[in-house]
Amino acid sequence: MTNGWMDIQNADLVLVMGGNPAEAHPCGFKWAIKARQKKGAKIVVVDPRLNRTAAVADKHVAIRCGSDLAFMGGVINYVLQNKKYQEAYVKAFTNAPFIVKDTYSFDSATGLFSGYDPKARKYDQSLWGYEMDENKMAKQDPTLSDPRCAFQLTKKHYERYTPELVEKVCGVKKEEFLEVAKMIGETGAPDKAMTHLYALGWTEHSFGTQLIGSMAVLQLLLGNIGVPGGQIGALRGHGNVQGTTDLGALTAALPGYLKAPKAEHKTLQQYLDAFTPKANRESSMNYWGNTPKFFVSLMKAWWGDAATKENEFAYDYLPKYETPKAYNAILDDMYNGKMEGLFVLGANILTSSPNANKSAIGMSKLKWMVNLDLFPIDTAYFWKTSKDLDPAKIQTECFLLPGLGFAEKDGTFVNSGRTIKWRYKGPDAQGECRDEKWVFSQLYLRLKALYQKEGGPFPDPILKLTWNYKNPGSPSADEILQEMNGFAVENLVDDKGNVVVKKGDRLSTFGQLKDDGTTSCGMWIYGGVYPPSGNRSAAVGTEDPSGLGVFPNYAFSWPANRRILYNRASADASGKPWSEKKKYLWWNEGTKSWVGHDVPDIGPTLPPATGPFIMNAEGVGRLFAPALVEGPFPEYYEPYESPIANVLHPANPTNPVVKVYKSDHDVLGTPDKFPYVALTYRVTEHYHFYTKFLKGPARAFPHMFIEMPVELAKEKGIANGDRVRVSSARGSLEAMAMVTRRMKPLTCDGKTVYQVGIPIHWGFQGLAKGGLVNLLTPFVWDPNALTPEFKGFLVNVEKATGGAA
Amino acid sequence: MSYLTSGSTTGLAIRRMSATKEPVLDIKDQEQLGILVDISSCTGCKACEVACIQWHDLNPPIATEEELRENGFSYQSAPDLAANLFMLMKYQEAETDRGWTWFITKRQCMHCDDPGCLTACPSPGAIVQYANGVVDFDQSKCIGCGMCRTGCPFDIPRYDANDHPFKCNFCLDRVGNGLVPACAKACPTNALHFGTRADMVELGHKVVAGLKDRGFPNAALYDSAGVGGAGYVYALPHGDKVEHYGDLPKDPAISSLVHLWKGPLKWIGGAAILGSIAAMFMHLVTAGPKTVEAHGKEE
Repeated sequence: MTNGWMDIQNADLVLVMGGNPAEAHPCGFKWAIKARQKKGAKIVVVDPRLNRTAAVADKHVAIRCGSDLAFMGGVINYVLQNKKYQEAYVKAFTNAPFIVKDTYSFDSATGLFSGYDPKARKYDQSLWGYEMDENKMAKQDPTLSDPRCAFQLTKKHYERYTPELVEKVCGVKKEEFLEVAKMIGETGAPDKAMTHLYALGWTEHSFGTQLIGSMAVLQLLLGNIGVPGGQIGALRGHGNVQGTTDLGALTAALPGYLKAPKAEHKTLQQYLDAFTPKANRESSMNYWGNTPKFFVSLMKAWWGDAATKENEFAYDYLPKYETPKAYNAILDDMYNGKMEGLFVLGANILTSSPNANKSAIGMSKLKWMVNLDLFPIDTAYFWKTSKDLDPAKIQTECFLLPGLGFAEKDGTFVNSGRTIKWRYKGPDAQGECRDEKWVFSQLYLRLKALYQKEGGPFPDPILKLTWNYKNPGSPSADEILQEMNGFAVENLVDDKGNVVVKKGDRLSTFGQLKDDGTTSCGMWIYGGVYPPSGNRSAAVGTEDPSGLGVFPNYAFSWPANRRILYNRASADASGKPWSEKKKYLWWNEGTKSWVGHDVPDIGPTLPPATGPFIMNAEGVGRLFAPALVEGPFPEYYEPYESPIANVLHPANPTNPVVKVYKSDHDVLGTPDKFPYVALTYRVTEHYHFYTKFLKGPARAFPHMFIEMPVELAKEKGIANGDRVRVSSARGSLEAMAMVTRRMKPLTCDGKTVYQVGIPIHWGFQGLAKGGLVNLLTPFVWDPNALTPEFKGFLVNVEKATGGAA
Repeated sequence: MSYLTSGSTTGLAIRRMSATKEPVLDIKDQEQLGILVDISSCTGCKACEVACIQWHDLNPPIATEEELRENGFSYQSAPDLAANLFMLMKYQEAETDRGWTWFITKRQCMHCDDPGCLTACPSPGAIVQYANGVVDFDQSKCIGCGMCRTGCPFDIPRYDANDHPFKCNFCLDRVGNGLVPACAKACPTNALHFGTRADMVELGHKVVAGLKDRGFPNAALYDSAGVGGAGYVYALPHGDKVEHYGDLPKDPAISSLVHLWKGPLKWIGGAAILGSIAAMFMHLVTAGPKTVEAHGKEE
């Protein structure tokens, strides 16, 4: 989230699209309800289903699952054509005036951008940059009239997305679309803001990143970023999934969103050159320009005294990758017999990965598999997935280690709003249950002993790893948080030679980090969470001086305890608040500094001309975003399995850079055999694939079911509560049918489209049993974020033979 | 579950009791408690249902597919209220002036000002109404006659294997100790408000006025006038569709038969008590004591 949960209460409009927070984030959704109860905000839901968020919304419009990009393109076009954008904000704080190189083009007939290589299924992204002047700064047209400026290109790109197109693609009546577009457009006023909430309903598409990109374009046009009540709210799915991504549990990333080195980066300098951006606009802070400080401090945290200037701070100790191995590649490699072992924790990957048959076959080819979990999860019993898997013939040696739940250990949670919150251990561990810190420390110490005893081709990274914990076999969470916060390796001195931080003392902010090896920091974005004064994540101050839900002394939000990112954008180009109502951070001419209700997201004394989007080399937000692999503008593509042709460019209906897998188990269905659009989702009674092991939640929603339209049920002779068989090109399962008018048939491109909703929570293990939903889903992944396409695939539904009447 | 409700252990003042001269205490001594259910803010998450089960240490069984079909398959977790399920979220759908609408309603004992159960109960002191308005059962005095459900205009009490009735007791043990009832405490969206009944009615009117402004012209407060008002008050977005809110009766009132039974025909009730005691005695003599059937066994 660019702001946070509590800031939702400042919104004038809460748009829920690509999420179902009332069900998936029931506690956080209270802030949306509060925005309405206290401030009269409107809640609008755009979703295929009348779900429980829609049930309490002021307005719900149903669209076809997978048509969201067309809807978003339509809203962007509406805002541009009707001049609903916040012009001063767009001119000052976005790349709208930037002139784009003439090697960039878009062909609306094919739906392809310039530089596409159909064989490699890749774009040459270097064609999409800005035109630069002699100082290597991007050329600009402040009047926004140059046909090659990003603003005009945006306008041109989206002019095809008319209300008529939206109706044709999404199945929403033009009038209904315009009603929603109008409500959204009204938040372009300087004293209004829209909060957008989304979760997996947007990410789980083969164009998920582009969907979020389209919202970034829209929110920038409306001036809704960096202001109270204006945000893009990515609602994270697990209690600490934000923390795990922060820590680098991502493809090709190191802690704190530093890039992992590639094989081609043979020296530290090559690595730093590749990943330290240079400002391309005057007075851009270009905060990633500090990458060397963050990276070298990380190496000092990992290898301490062994990381020296002479050995490039142990750069050689880091593994380098040729092709990034994300989740998709791991599953595919496993299926192709290219993996020996798999260690699974914090996930029930058999149930949560697409095409479960493929995953189970992959697991049957492993030599060993370890699951560390609280429950006997399905993954640990993968051979039960299919009758075709004979446990007598499977050689995979399986271990199930009893883990600890969050309440049984100290540590932190990082929530969607980036707030790091310390929590204390409740009950003691039972039996031989162990937390992962113990498990991995034991594993490390044993590996180290083996290296010490037997040597090996390259033992240094293991032998010299920093492991300064009081109890090396079981470090405490407190020690690890201090390590992430960072400390001074040597005395740190200021310009005048005064010691600012004494050797060995903890740092107060990541602003103190150095690239010369004199600081150590395991996680630069968490810098300041554990200053010399103590653990700020454990702070529980409940004061809210501004009344805007900032609570600056409650826990610690990274970065730098900042609650609203890009908050400098809450004031205009001269530093004055856009409106009294949304006053948040402003320039004090007297003190020549930024003041307000939050930690400034800008150098506190840098002049107002400095751009607010300090993490971009431009210093401004991007309407034209050349970093995404399928193009600088989000373009409407259909899901990989779709009941209709792409209305704009039938020759290239789907995301052209998606990797296509071609094994026996990677089959796609066609609408003649699988005519209905399916989407998977969660219900509030359950938490992923875990609560099915507990009686309380299992009782609250005990049986797997699907939701289907009354009209489809009638055609198929299915009554409410009947058992039905749902099948896709990849597999099938049985469930109870909930026949409901909440699933409306839609008319898309002249065709009646029925949608079938499939909640995910069941499996063959636990108290609440049911089919594995991911037997049905396709092995198709968003090429930027590598998230599977769980929303918008094709199925058939039949009454189950022998099912209840 | 405990047979002696903890209400009797908190020393709360009793307002009236079944089959007993009333009032025992002047109601003005204590303010009546209330809960406002703001349907427009309720997301149907069942946190209240789960909290109720947990606080009262109930152990309702996991419903079978067959049981869930009984009353129409929906998001509802069990076919019906039960002796070990004091409240239930209900999910109904219907057309309204705003299109197809999902009606999500929390259902439980309403804690009527004029409780039909108490009026109907023939056993002295088996049903009590405390001065704070909470209506509760004293199982030690219950004769298992089933009249409380007959008398209830909301059809709430459910019986265990010994024909003893169970229902929501407004978390008497919590409210008697200054705590919020479990359901209201668990509600994540501020849809359940707890306070005095007077305040809840006032707040309810405000919510309804807000709903009317927001485009719900038929919004209304459901305040059970026929039973003199109730501890539970509902703000309904579609006041013209009361029946879709978990089968709430449109005009709840105690059946005239119950009044008849407790009024001119009271002697029949007395005779019935004697009769049922005699029957119980005969049953005990001939069949031996009844064993309690185990409920909610683990699957």
